[in-house]
Amino acid sequence: MKIGVFICHCGENISSTVDCPRVAEECGSYPGVEYSVDYKYMCSDPGQNLIKDAIREKNLDAIVVGSCSPHMHERTFRSAAVSAGINPFLVEIANLREHCSWVHDDIEASTRKATELVRMAIEKVKRDKPLTKINVPVTKRVLVIGGGIAGIQAALDVANAGYEVILVEKEPSIGGHMSQLSETFPTLDCSQCILTPRMVEVHQHPNIKLLTYSEVVKIEGFIGNFKATIKKKARHINEDLCSGCGLCITKCPTKKKAYNSFEQDLAFRPAVYIPFPQAVPNIPVIDETVCMYYKNGKCGMCVKVCDRQAIDFDQKDSMLVADIGAIIVATGYSLYTIDKKSPDSKYKGYGEYGYGKYRDVIDGLQFERIASASGPTAGEIRRPSDGKVPKKIAFIQCVGSRDESKGISYCSKICCMYTAKHAMLYRHKVHDGEAYIFYMDIRSGGKMYEEFVRRAIEEDKVKYIRGRVSKIYEENGKYIVKGEDTIAGMPVEIDADMVVLATAMIPQDNAAILARTIGIPYDKYGFFNESHPKLKPVESTTAGVFLAGACHSPKDIPESVAMASAAACKSIILLSADTLEREPVVAKVNEDLCAGCFYCQKVCPFGAVEVKDIKDINGIVYKEVAYINQGVCQGCGTCTATCLSKSIELAGFNNEEIFAEIAAL
Amino acid sequence: MSSNALKDTKKLQVSFVSQASDKDTCPKKNITTDHISKKTTADEISERTFQDVSLCYQCGKCSAGCPVRYYMDIAPNKVVRLIQLGFYEDALKSDTPWLCAGCLTCSTRCPKGFDLAKFMDAVREIALERGVDVSQKNILKFHEAFLDQIRMHGRSYEAGLVAEYKMKTLDLFQDIDSAPGMYLKGKLNILPHNIKDRKGIKSIFKKTKLKKT
Repeated sequence: MKIGVFICHCGENISSTVDCPRVAEECGSYPGVEYSVDYKYMCSDPGQNLIKDAIREKNLDAIVVGSCSPHMHERTFRSAAVSAGINPFLVEIANLREHCSWVHDDIEASTRKATELVRMAIEKVKRDKPLTKINVPVTKRVLVIGGGIAGIQAALDVANAGYEVILVEKEPSIGGHMSQLSETFPTLDCSQCILTPRMVEVHQHPNIKLLTYSEVVKIEGFIGNFKATIKKKARHINEDLCSGCGLCITKCPTKKKAYNSFEQDLAFRPAVYIPFPQAVPNIPVIDETVCMYYKNGKCGMCVKVCDRQAIDFDQKDSMLVADIGAIIVATGYSLYTIDKKSPDSKYKGYGEYGYGKYRDVIDGLQFERIASASGPTAGEIRRPSDGKVPKKIAFIQCVGSRDESKGISYCSKICCMYTAKHAMLYRHKVHDGEAYIFYMDIRSGGKMYEEFVRRAIEEDKVKYIRGRVSKIYEENGKYIVKGEDTIAGMPVEIDADMVVLATAMIPQDNAAILARTIGIPYDKYGFFNESHPKLKPVESTTAGVFLAGACHSPKDIPESVAMASAAACKSIILLSADTLEREPVVAKVNEDLCAGCFYCQKVCPFGAVEVKDIKDINGIVYKEVAYINQGVCQGCGTCTATCLSKSIELAGFNNEEIFAEIAAL
Repeated sequence: MSSNALKDTKKLQVSFVSQASDKDTCPKKNITTDHISKKTTADEISERTFQDVSLCYQCGKCSAGCPVRYYMDIAPNKVVRLIQLGFYEDALKSDTPWLCAGCLTCSTRCPKGFDLAKFMDAVREIALERGVDVSQKNILKFHEAFLDQIRMHGRSYEAGLVAEYKMKTLDLFQDIDSAPGMYLKGKLNILPHNIKDRKGIKSIFKKTKLKKT
């Protein structure tokens, strides 16, 4: 075997502490080395040409490059080798920069170390086997989990590119939190007016299969070849027959048994309901927990009034299995509440704000519903307790957010903006009303955002008070808000008629469970983690799973939409190829040696180990062995280290190669 | 509010100059990073209270909830701010640490979990150790009178406390009208109730090296 050795100076990065010409010279006389040379920048075009020419002229079989970390330029040198006719896996990198020159200063010693590092690589490359990339097929269908604005945007983008989409939403209608908002900052345009056309588009799109009132319960497989199991919860209404006339809703006698969660519990809904008038699809759901039929078997009013016989009390949850190529997770957020929490909860409640016992101390989403024309007060600002118009409202920012004592240390990012919007909407609707905002910092980074906040202060005369509120208590029908203006350095007390809390954005309750179902990492709060905070912000660390919207971290609408489009684009890139190329550095089981203990299956972080039956000549199973799915395996080597019978080998890093490296030291 | 150094910049500069001679690393020209090399008053407070003063992000919730805030010359959060910035003299001279009743409302509600009451304790201790002219002398006298009762009886002795406090302040008739009511309710015993192990209490006092007043 003829080996070529190429030592890079990396400008002065390596050569300032390593005598590169000497390393090249010493390695040149090492057994098996045919050619050895040093050069100032091996990654440059002339440097790569040097490698290519040497391979051709000296008929080299394998090469070793002594340079920077393989993370930087392994790909560069491998493609240079390929263009000169060498298998890319017969290229070894000796890391002379990060592992040697950057961390030492004694030239003599680091030169010796560099020589040994190169020698190790030479011994390994002697034993390397040529490997070929693995091709796996791709299913051209995307699963979008979550039907809020992020999921809607992602689904539409993928569908418009010509690929099939399955959009799964757990609520009876798509729309998410955006459909609950009254107006949006910084333009004050109506949220539903800009959202509902998108919702309709999703419903009518030929490439989108919409599954509302459904949940993803299981994800198997790997990038390009997932298999998703989706539970379709029973609506008790036949979707094919229902025309959405709404007669069942108006005739339902169980009117005030259940809180309307779309109205943030500020109103009631019947047992059979659609969440809001523009719901997509416009098909009601029967709530088993309050419906009289399920309680005593009587009533059945809806059955009588439905002239299409769409009511189906016996409908059961059904399961649906689909092949999927890529997954976009867009499950959004939920709101922190100030009420008392159980001792095992990671959050604490606000005793000083009354643990939510005051009816007129509401959260931001409740205020959105009160301010919304379609809300319980038809857009008039009235307080929930007695329906009076509040003449003084105190808005409190950072409730939960940035409060480590309550369990949340992050900034929820959108509250500064929506509180300014709330105060503005209030001042527009109640002209003689006073709006006070307690804040810690105003974080209004974004296009026209700072201008929006200034507009609230300058045009709408909203009073901003810098300081956290210490206590809220009721006195003579007023809510006394005790704060301190830390700029003026004096205590402040506001006797407000209503208090609006900008509570923190937290992940959905079941975010961690879903993350484990899909197999993606999440942070200590339950927000899903991206693969790289700067360069891979929409990819999860699991190949083929992408993130969009507030399930990743608190985000406003434009950011969620941008991230959704990015995630859609990433999935389209994935789906545009017929087959996927994978690195061949994967583990392989020696089936003769495998004892079938399946320790490897337990330790594999990617779920790549499967059970394979070994049959005799008559087709009778006589042994079960481990089988590693090459599409899923990421080549981490955990199974190799765990295997008791040493029957698993990682291609490119087998025992022989590793031991030869160590022996060369 | 009484006059304070932070109110006008002129005095602020004067305080810089006066602090320049201080052994402590008070800021000389601008806010310095001297604390990296030397131990500052802020470090000392951090060590005594087992919490870094830089934890405080100045939200003002402590001042908002403080029941004696209205009597203080500067807000509790501002005392922390003065220490954070290195204006130690202003902080140590202030009324606020002395008026702090140690009710722990601030510590309970602090979003950063900063124990402000403990911090105020440390400020008072350091002020006394450095011989800072305490602005609220009567409060200091009350503390001393209270500790004397503990030293003597091992527990609080109200009549003795009242007597000693009045001797120290010479304000003999303050709150005198509430005495009969307290006596009738059994809150003001004539004779002290000593605890059994008074020696133990004495040894605690010995260990704290607190001087007898």
